[in-house]
Amino acid sequence: MSRRLDGGGPVAPETVVELEGVSKEFAQGKTVALRDIDLAIGQGGFISLIGPSGCGKSTLLRIIGDLIQPSAGRVTVHGKPAHQARLDRDYGIVFQHPVLYDWRTVAKNIALPLELLGWDRGRRADRVKEMLELVELTGFENHHPWQLSGGMQQRVSIARALSFSPALLLMDEPFGALDEMTRERLNMELLRIWQETGSTIVFVTHSIAEAVFLSTRVMVMSARPGRISDVLEVDLPQPRSAALREDPRYFELVTQVREALVRGGADKVFEELSFDELAPEEGE
Amino acid sequence: MGQVLRRVGVFVLVMAALWGLWEGWRAIGTHFKLTWPFAVNDTTMPHLHRIVQSLFEPAQVNGPWLIDILWHASLFTAKECVVGFALGAVIGFAIAVALSQSRFLERGFIPYIVASQTIPLLAIAPMVVIGLGTKGVKDWVSVSVLAAYLTFFPVAVNALRGLQSADPQAVELMRSYAAGRWRILWKLRVPSSLPYLFSAFRIAAPLAVVGAIISEPAASIQGGLGGAIVNFSQYYTIEPQELWATNIITALLGILFFVAVVLAEKLIVRRAPEHYA
Repeated sequence: MSRRLDGGGPVAPETVVELEGVSKEFAQGKTVALRDIDLAIGQGGFISLIGPSGCGKSTLLRIIGDLIQPSAGRVTVHGKPAHQARLDRDYGIVFQHPVLYDWRTVAKNIALPLELLGWDRGRRADRVKEMLELVELTGFENHHPWQLSGGMQQRVSIARALSFSPALLLMDEPFGALDEMTRERLNMELLRIWQETGSTIVFVTHSIAEAVFLSTRVMVMSARPGRISDVLEVDLPQPRSAALREDPRYFELVTQVREALVRGGADKVFEELSFDELAPEEGE
Repeated sequence: MGQVLRRVGVFVLVMAALWGLWEGWRAIGTHFKLTWPFAVNDTTMPHLHRIVQSLFEPAQVNGPWLIDILWHASLFTAKECVVGFALGAVIGFAIAVALSQSRFLERGFIPYIVASQTIPLLAIAPMVVIGLGTKGVKDWVSVSVLAAYLTFFPVAVNALRGLQSADPQAVELMRSYAAGRWRILWKLRVPSSLPYLFSAFRIAAPLAVVGAIISEPAASIQGGLGGAIVNFSQYYTIEPQELWATNIITALLGILFFVAVVLAEKLIVRRAPEHYA
């Protein structure tokens, strides 16, 4: 499968995620994490959310994924409420930490969502094999997570998120804990996977370079209250190659995002607790 | 192989050092006629070789060797311990699962669970033995129930902590797969709790032995180690080495249970090597 769209072809892509007037308050309204967020994400888009710590970008991601509830506003995914989308398993989630299960092998970690979906053993094994090829970890199926490097663990986590072919991939600083070289390699790998699977990706990051390099659109957020202060379309050609990192247009866009961040107040120091760290409530 | 040899070497060295300390203190104590902290003589500190030797002598005239008596007593007590340990583990874990499902339950019940351990076993033994006896339950099963009364506590407390130890992001992931409460419990919380559960089992294993031994006299059971201890206590001034020998066998039984738990943990719990104790 190859990618057709971006930057608005003749046919507007189908909307996958739509947020209307989404706000989130913590501590009985004493802290406003997000205020009045409107956004629409089209099919096949690669959207980055970038902003300073505490701007609520992880909170926004969790609201899209129905892991926390907004205080106000509406979240629609594929035309249905986020809650229904979660029950329909529309989301694949990747966190900054791989969150693999120590007691499961690589293969069994990847198969976890498939078990919950009730796939039989044979079908699971076939899919795990495919996924291992996709993230280039064939041969590691019987390793335990602690036997892998950080980058490899994160690839397992991506394979797990993609194993059940969710329409929407939510990634919360997935490469934030990795060294620069591993990060750039996984950036390329993620782009390839995105091309191959055609999924829609919402990607939270701290890195301006990463946001520009990967995305079709960068949403710049500002803090207190968290809101989307700028939206930049990234008109770099597809598919992206490593050479793009030296392209003048790439530098221009990086500068634009940086300026947008400064306009949003990202250069000021936020000493208060980050909303990203607040534990989500549990319960079905 | 070298590692096994080294371990055996350390074991032998430690044993030898303890032996030396015992006999050394004994020699000093008898030579200088120490009375502080206690008088040292053949009654308070029999020779260690006398203790070991007594195992291979008849406890009564023309009777079987002491070790033969203690072997059968150990088997009997071990049976009570295994059942008591299993019962305590199941009950403790069930309590932990129930409490992990609701803060309200947890807050409400934890004080009573803690309070249960402030009641001495001897105080509830008659109720259990007589109560269960009227239902036709064998006395040794009552002893198991009393041992379980001791062992359920560390299991319940640790398992609860273990069930609550699951990574919050792992819980979010499970929710993103539309997993409900029970599947999160089974696929995530229970496996996350296993290391906690096994540290509880390490505490509970020797506790089961202690519980069984204390409860045996209360249930008027004489065929176990508890019975043997009561019996040999009465002859302590004449034959102190027999009680000491019984104590050593009792300790061995506790250690055996502990080691069994550690081995089971190695087989069952899969986790990063740096987490191993």
